[in-house]
Amino acid sequence: MLVKPKYWVLLLLILLGGIDPSNAASTPVDPKVLHIINRLSFGPRPGDVQRVESMGVERYIQEQLSPESIPEPQSLTSQLNQLNTLHLNPVELSEHGITNLPGQKPTQLERKAANQWAKEVLNEAVQARLLEATNSKRQLQEVMVDFWYNHFNVDAAKGRDRFWVGAYEQQAIRPYVLGRFRDLLGATAHHPAMQYYLDNFQNRADSRPDAQGNIPGLNENYARELMELHTLGVDGGYTQQDVIALARILSGWGFSRSGQQTDNNFGFYFNPKRHDFSDKVFLGHTIKSGGEAQGEEALDILARSPATARHISYQIAQYFVSDVPPTTLVNNLTHRYLATDGNIREVLNTLFHSREFWDAKNFNAKFKTPYQYAISAVRATGVEVENTKPISNLLQQLGMPLYGCQTPDGYKNTADVWLNPDAMNRRLSFASAIANGNLALSSMPTNMQQWQTIGTEQKPLQKSPNIPIDAWQLSNTLGNSLSMKTQKAIASSAPQIHSALILGSPEFMHR
Amino acid sequence: MKRRNFLIQGGIFSAAAITAVSSNAWIARSATPNIDQKRLIVIFLRGAVDGLNVVVPYSETAYYQARPQIAIPQPGKEGGVIDLDGRFGLHPALDSLIPFWQQNSLAFVHACGSPDPTRSHFDAQEYMESATPGDKHTQDGWMNRLLGVISQKTPIQAVSVGETTPWIFSGRMPVANIASGRNANRPLPIDRPQLAAAFDQLYGGNDALSQTYQQGRMARQAIMNDLDSEMKMANNGAPSPDSFASDAQRLAQLMLKDPRIELGFMALGGWDTHVNQGGTQGQLARNLKKLGSGLTSLVGGLGSVYQNTTIVVMSEFGRTVKQNDNGGTDHGHGNVMWVLGGNIRGGKVYGEWPGLSTAQLYQGRDLAITTDFRDVISAVLSNHLHLNEAKLNHVLPSYTSTQKIALIK
Repeated sequence: MLVKPKYWVLLLLILLGGIDPSNAASTPVDPKVLHIINRLSFGPRPGDVQRVESMGVERYIQEQLSPESIPEPQSLTSQLNQLNTLHLNPVELSEHGITNLPGQKPTQLERKAANQWAKEVLNEAVQARLLEATNSKRQLQEVMVDFWYNHFNVDAAKGRDRFWVGAYEQQAIRPYVLGRFRDLLGATAHHPAMQYYLDNFQNRADSRPDAQGNIPGLNENYARELMELHTLGVDGGYTQQDVIALARILSGWGFSRSGQQTDNNFGFYFNPKRHDFSDKVFLGHTIKSGGEAQGEEALDILARSPATARHISYQIAQYFVSDVPPTTLVNNLTHRYLATDGNIREVLNTLFHSREFWDAKNFNAKFKTPYQYAISAVRATGVEVENTKPISNLLQQLGMPLYGCQTPDGYKNTADVWLNPDAMNRRLSFASAIANGNLALSSMPTNMQQWQTIGTEQKPLQKSPNIPIDAWQLSNTLGNSLSMKTQKAIASSAPQIHSALILGSPEFMHR
Repeated sequence: MKRRNFLIQGGIFSAAAITAVSSNAWIARSATPNIDQKRLIVIFLRGAVDGLNVVVPYSETAYYQARPQIAIPQPGKEGGVIDLDGRFGLHPALDSLIPFWQQNSLAFVHACGSPDPTRSHFDAQEYMESATPGDKHTQDGWMNRLLGVISQKTPIQAVSVGETTPWIFSGRMPVANIASGRNANRPLPIDRPQLAAAFDQLYGGNDALSQTYQQGRMARQAIMNDLDSEMKMANNGAPSPDSFASDAQRLAQLMLKDPRIELGFMALGGWDTHVNQGGTQGQLARNLKKLGSGLTSLVGGLGSVYQNTTIVVMSEFGRTVKQNDNGGTDHGHGNVMWVLGGNIRGGKVYGEWPGLSTAQLYQGRDLAITTDFRDVISAVLSNHLHLNEAKLNHVLPSYTSTQKIALIK
């Protein structure tokens, strides 16, 4: 798909019909620059390509690995500040609209209020995520939020989790996405959203008198998925006995109800009355009697396990490099993980400097998930998003609603799942709607000249919906990276659908 | 691991291929509809349905001992099972299926499952969909391989309901999918001729992306046509309020209208009942009700085509015999498979019953497997779809039949 530069210029001239050939923007951009932007962000916004070209790939990597060093746009901060429910803790979130009187069922009216509240809370969580993914300059952080939320997936459709998924992301995922894996694991394990989703809040050790056999009142759901999905991986060498041992270790973990004091801000609660205090043998380690600390010890063992290092490394390499990641790369990342005690930033830094990452055959090799496709299309237009509804609608249509993955394995990021006939129809329809300015995502610049200033500031913007996206600008934003075939198809079609064809092109389906 | 190794960038520009995507390609090829065409629909219950509470071994004391809260009472008792054969009873939430049982159109195979012992949902589903238990290197699903051997080279012979590609259908052969839910056949911008023509040109090649696009366009045209007339039908075609049932109805309508669609697939989730599974009523009962009305819609919608259709309902594994302390069950082993159809020797629970006393259980906790799920699939493939041995071996590689089940007339 690499095309000789002379064809680029030629075809762009055909395509654009009489653009001044002295315009520097028609020069194709270094594929390495596009590759790094495509991997460390949800695709270029206007000016991004030029910015990375001028600052250099290495500085861009280091900048993105330190998101705290990147100032966020004031507009984004104020958008997020307007979301009232975003920073409430799980206790505050679930108390709303639910009767507090013990033993009393909520009335019809109370139930209605609770449903209304849940809707509002979930809606704000979706808005926050989409605003940050599209508008934030800390793009690698946003990419990692996508990655880790899926890894530690919680489904909003399950009971109380409708209140909690946003708080879960804010409290248990977001702060740790580039930190130590053990911290991330611990935060998810303690969060009420996870405790509820995988039923561990009901996991208790005390055996009922009529129980049969020697298995007490355990619930092994979380213990199993914690090993299979979150840490060791399905082939990580654990047995059914380890599942039971871990369920016993985690017995008594849950969240606070009214009247239960907790010493943390998200309402985790350890109930000693439900905990099995006996010594356990877990993955060959003896874990001595120790209440809640037993769970911490088990998480330490899991986080440090070579199987975990490998499982996480495989998934990171699959997300960032190719659907079938090279074994050599997975090995190197595994070593780095173990050498740095699970430092995610260090693992990524190694990845971004690896031979495999820079192998040209992996450029544009990943088929975008619906989420990546939608966010990248919005970003490419340069729109500063205020209304996220059209994006969440598309995600719904494409079977990838935010916070709506039912199963604990999260959404896949491989082509075999997302590439199908109906998805193509819907992606291309979205491409057309957004290219025509029909989605009312927000304010749009009225003067195309303002887009051409190099840099990321898009202001001043004027409210002016339904403005079609300029094809020349769009092509420039994307580094003029369309193949000859695509350019030919564009050149032979009506000018008003050029932008739709660019956003619906094979090149743009990939990252 | 990658199942379809075909996402090659770019692709060769083929001018000839562009013309192939004409708006009438699908319709033009529907020349000779064959009403004798055999059809197969698979419904996958994701999350591991508790088969012991679907087809209940009500004559076993061990069943009631292991499940003090969630067992379904014996026939005749309040909330009791519907007796099937004096030994097994059907969950009362599935009462809508009783007419099929009475017409000998519904059969079950109990203590059935995958020989691989995994308790991972995801591995177990993969093995059942690839039909190669224990082998993670299989590149495709068995329904895709099946499509390969029955292909008449019509544009679409298989339809999957849902937004993602299920493993069972992934592979070399193209498969159409229709989105689930109410808005699935609303008009889209891509239905506009000018845009469609431009994308036809852009995706006119032979590469995988182009082919997927072409399938999408053709399927959409056919589906929009068929479903459009469905919507115009009077009460007869009124969509069910339950989305699974209405999805099932749409699939049925397509198969009825378009005799070239031979294979269908739907999945229904929500069976992972670790907590509050319920008994006669509750979580599982609600899901079964939904499934029962979906199957009824499907059969009703298939109309005359049902006579030549087999419907298989399967799940990745069963659940523990003993209930846990949260009124649920955990991941188990053996399960029940359901088979419906015009050709079925129904009204019978097939399979050797291994028993539920502790000594008879798999690893002391689960219903043991006495029938490989591929024995059931193979019966359908050879006796319903009439695959010869070579084709059967292609669809079910490295499988040796352990028993012949006389499921099909």
